[in-house]
Parts: sequence; structure tokens; C-alpha cells
Amino acid sequence: MNQPLLAVSGLSVAFGGLLALNDLDIAIEKGQIVGLIGPNGAGKTTAFNAITGRIKPTAGSVLFKGVDITGWQPSRIAQFGITRTFQSIKLYDDLSVVENVMVAAHATIRYSFLEAMVGVGRYAQDEKRIRKQAHELLDIVGLGDYAMEKAAALPYGSQRRLEVARALALGPSLLLLDEPVAGMNPMETMDFVKVIQRLNEEMGLSIGLIEHDMKFVMNVCHKIRVIDHGIPIAWGAPQEIAANEQVVAAYLGHG
Amino acid sequence: MAYRDRLLTLGSMGLLLLFLWWAENHASDYTIRILNQIAIFIVLAVSYNLINGITGQFSLEPNAFLAIGAYTSAILTLSPEEKARSFIIEPMLWPLSQIHVSFPVSLVAAGFVTAFFALLMAIPVFRVRGDYLAIVTLGFGEVIHVVANNLVKVTNGPLGLKGLPAYTNLWWSWGICIAAVFCIVRLVNSSYGRAMKAVREDETAANAMGINAFRIKTLAFTLSGFFEGVAGGLLAHLITTISPSLFTFMFTFNLLIIIVIGGLGSTTGSILAAVLITAGGEFLRFVEEPMTIFGFYYEGIPGMRMVIFSMLLIGVMIISPRGIMGRSEFTWQKCFDVMKKLRGGRPRS
Repeated sequence: MNQPLLAVSGLSVAFGGLLALNDLDIAIEKGQIVGLIGPNGAGKTTAFNAITGRIKPTAGSVLFKGVDITGWQPSRIAQFGITRTFQSIKLYDDLSVVENVMVAAHATIRYSFLEAMVGVGRYAQDEKRIRKQAHELLDIVGLGDYAMEKAAALPYGSQRRLEVARALALGPSLLLLDEPVAGMNPMETMDFVKVIQRLNEEMGLSIGLIEHDMKFVMNVCHKIRVIDHGIPIAWGAPQEIAANEQVVAAYLGHG
Repeated sequence: MAYRDRLLTLGSMGLLLLFLWWAENHASDYTIRILNQIAIFIVLAVSYNLINGITGQFSLEPNAFLAIGAYTSAILTLSPEEKARSFIIEPMLWPLSQIHVSFPVSLVAAGFVTAFFALLMAIPVFRVRGDYLAIVTLGFGEVIHVVANNLVKVTNGPLGLKGLPAYTNLWWSWGICIAAVFCIVRLVNSSYGRAMKAVREDETAANAMGINAFRIKTLAFTLSGFFEGVAGGLLAHLITTISPSLFTFMFTFNLLIIIVIGGLGSTTGSILAAVLITAGGEFLRFVEEPMTIFGFYYEGIPGMRMVIFSMLLIGVMIISPRGIMGRSEFTWQKCFDVMKKLRGGRPRS
């Protein structure tokens, strides 16, 4: 029964002749924070896309909670417990901040569209529940005061945090963050570290993240997987990774 | 606030009903006809906006759905004798020639038959992304047109169906209009409506948050089809004669103008624009009549009202490129704020 929460093995993605990701193995244990790092174009986002079903892998398998979820529809994978944020922010710009979070809880509502149209059944009860939950999540990421603003009106750092709140609305077991602190200033990054650690420690959430900010990665992650040009080159605890020659070479070029 | 707003909404509904009651007894047939048309266009605009504006899937199908709804309900309410009389090219197909149901049943049937066609179309189209929907729905409109012309045993071909009982009165059209608007507004404000907007804003993100975009789009399209079909049934029993030439692309085009002018994605905007454009088009008829302006005799130019109409539309698009309402909805609070501003006060908030 010592199976990790997420077990990716031999995952490969090819776009035509280009091998974007080659034979990636990565395991995320329950309660762990795992970093996926590598130079630009290394295939990190491709790996996330393949895990969450946005693109179909050419080979390999993704096991989540012991179930093979390779090739599932993205919406089904999200409902099964993996949600994510995006490298290029993808909020629903024209909806309010709280609605952005409420939308993500759509899969948890128990009323049909017919009940919604006449406003009977569990409609009111469910609406109340997801609104309350959305406000709680916004408080966790520190956006409680901006609930009624339009999402597009938020500053950059807040938009990233809103993406996290939205990804939490489905009550995932695994959260994948794609460059969560990119473009944040050091203060915002520090705040964000606290949010992530709180989610991890208090709520027991497992997290996978892609990030270029090495200080952030070394601080937060329990384990790190390094890939370069689609090929995995290292796997281990932060200290081991920092000392690994191959990793240093990949980042700085061969000296 | 919610209590006050509900009271105001109910109050204005009451006023509307009072007005309709007055109109039924005192207004001319011409005015009643226009009031009926307004109600039907509100249903059409609001349901068209559901797929085009709220869900953001550009489609061009209302004329097809309207035709399906109109023909379905017309075939169902025509008496067997009337059918035998009007089908002179070829006799009508057997079970259809004998069916005779009441008006409300025929409207419900019109809704469901149209919704079925919508579902049939949605399944292949929404499997792929992009603008295929516009092309497929445009083609579907043409197909329906050709079918209506050639499926003589069912539709009586180019002769159309005549002598429909004039069941549509103010109560039917406005009753259905209010019910449809109520249902759609509720839906848009529910989680389903939010999911539709999420699909419009960013489909990838919606999918990644557990929303099955395919299902949501299919739902919006099918519901839109249902209400457009019902509106088709109402229209058929208002004008009492339908033929394939009635349901050309121009119909869709007019509706598209309505929802764009009202503000794509705004339900109240669609209602407002449906009223303004339907009533305005009739009101502007006076410019085509002979008259004397400042001593000059003007003999009236047929088609002049379309010129003025187009200029007004261009004007609206210049002043407010996202339509009258943009994507926002009418609320009583905004109404009060505007009134206060007009009186020189400052809006609350």
C-alpha cells in the first residue's frame, strides 16, 4: 500500500517529430511538495498538460490514487482530484473574483438545470454553500476584500493567487502550480510561500510546482525533478539537486 | 435590497399586465400585432443571446429553429379538413394529416422537436473547437429552407401552410415571453450560467476546473433551440400563414443585430434591443409617407426608414461599441443611480 498519490512513469509527448518530453518519471507522495524545474523549453509545462489531460501523451502512464488516468478528459481529471493553475494566467476576466472561484465548484452542485430555471430543489442551498466556500478560499489566499471586483481589474500577483483559490474550489488532492510566483516581487513571493505552506501543512494538500525562482523552489519543495530538453536528468531533495553537476551544467551551460 | 428589487420587478410586471389588458380592449389590431411581435422577438433574442452572448459560441441558426418550431406547431394545430384542402400538390403524409392537438400542446411539441434538432447538431459540432458552429448552423438554415420547399408531403412545399387558427394573442405571447425570460435569467444566474460564461471567457481553464465544456455548450444550444422553437410556434399562429420564404437568413441577421445592439451577453440588453428595434422599425414608417416639412412637400420614399434605421444603428455602435448594455445587466439600483444623477445628485457606491 506504499503507492504514491501521483505516479508518472515513462511519460513522453511528441509534437510531430519534436520530442517535447521523453520518458519522464515523477512521483508525488501524499502531503509532499514536489518541484519540476529545468531551463526554458525543457518540457515542464508539457508535462503538466499531459498529466491534466490537456494534451494526450504519446507514451507512458499517469497513475493517480492508484487509477490509470492517462488520456482522460481534462474535466474528468479535475473532478477526480487534480487541479492546476496556468503559466499564462487564464482567469475568467469578465466575471467577478468570487464568481471565478464559484465556477470551479460547478462539478459539485447537485441541482439540475431545470431546477435552476424555476429556482426549486437544492438550488438555493447549493448556491449558498458554494458562495460561502468561495469566500473562505478567497480569505485563505488573502483576496477576501476583493470578492466583488472584476477578475481583470486585479493586479498581477493577486490574479495568480486567485488562480490558486479557483483551483482549490473543487477540493483537489493534488494541486499543480505552473510558475506561481513568476512576475511577483520578493514581498509577494514571501506571502505566497506562506500560503503554499499553509495549504500543505494545515490542509494536507499535495502540491506539484514548476518554478524558475530557485530560492523559492529550494525553500518550499521536499523533492525536485530536473528536466532538460525533455529528458529527466536529476531527482532528489533540494540539497542534492543544488550539488548536482549535471543540473548546474544544464542551467549555466558547460564551463 | 433584494426585497425592494423583487417588489419593483413584480410591480412592473403588474403594470405590464395592466397595459396588456388595456391594449387588448382599446388598442388597434395593428398595435396588438406589434405588441405580439415584440414579445416573440424578446423570446428569440434572449434565447439567441444564451448561446451567442452568454456561452460565446457564434452561431447563425435562429431562422432554422424558428422554421422547425413554426412548421411543427402549425402541422399539429391545423384541422384534418383544412390540411386536406390546402395540400393540393400532393396529399399529406398519413399520420400527420390526421393529428390535431390543442395550441399549448403544439407549442410544447414545437419546443421539444426543435431542441431535438439542436441536440443532433450540437453533438458533432461541439466536438471540435473554433468557428465551425457558425458555418454549420448557417448551412443548416439553408438545408431547412430547401427541405421545407421540397418535402411537399409534410410542408406543402413553396405554397406553405395557410389558414392557421390565430391562437396567438397578447396573453399567450407575453405569458410565454415572461416565462422564458424568467427561466433564462434564473439559469444565467445559476452555476450553469456561470459555467457558460466560463466557457466563453476561457475554455481551457473551464475544462481544467472540472467543467465539461462540451456538455455546457450543448446544454446552452439545446435550450436556445427549445425557446426558439416555441417562439416559432407563436409566430406561426400570429401570422397564420407560413411558407419557406419567411425563414430566410435575413431573420437571423435581424436577431443578430438585436443582440449586438443590446449588448452581447446581456439578457436585459437583448430584451431592451428587441423592444426598441421591433417597435422602432414600425414607428419609423412615418418617414415613408408623404408630408410637408417647413413648407416643403416630401412625397415619401419607400425604404427610407431602413436608411434611417441603419444610421441609428451605426450611431449606437459608435457611441457604445459593446452595445447599449455592454455585458452588464439592468438592476434597479443602477436605475436609481441614473435618476439621482439626472437630478444632480451623486450615485451611491
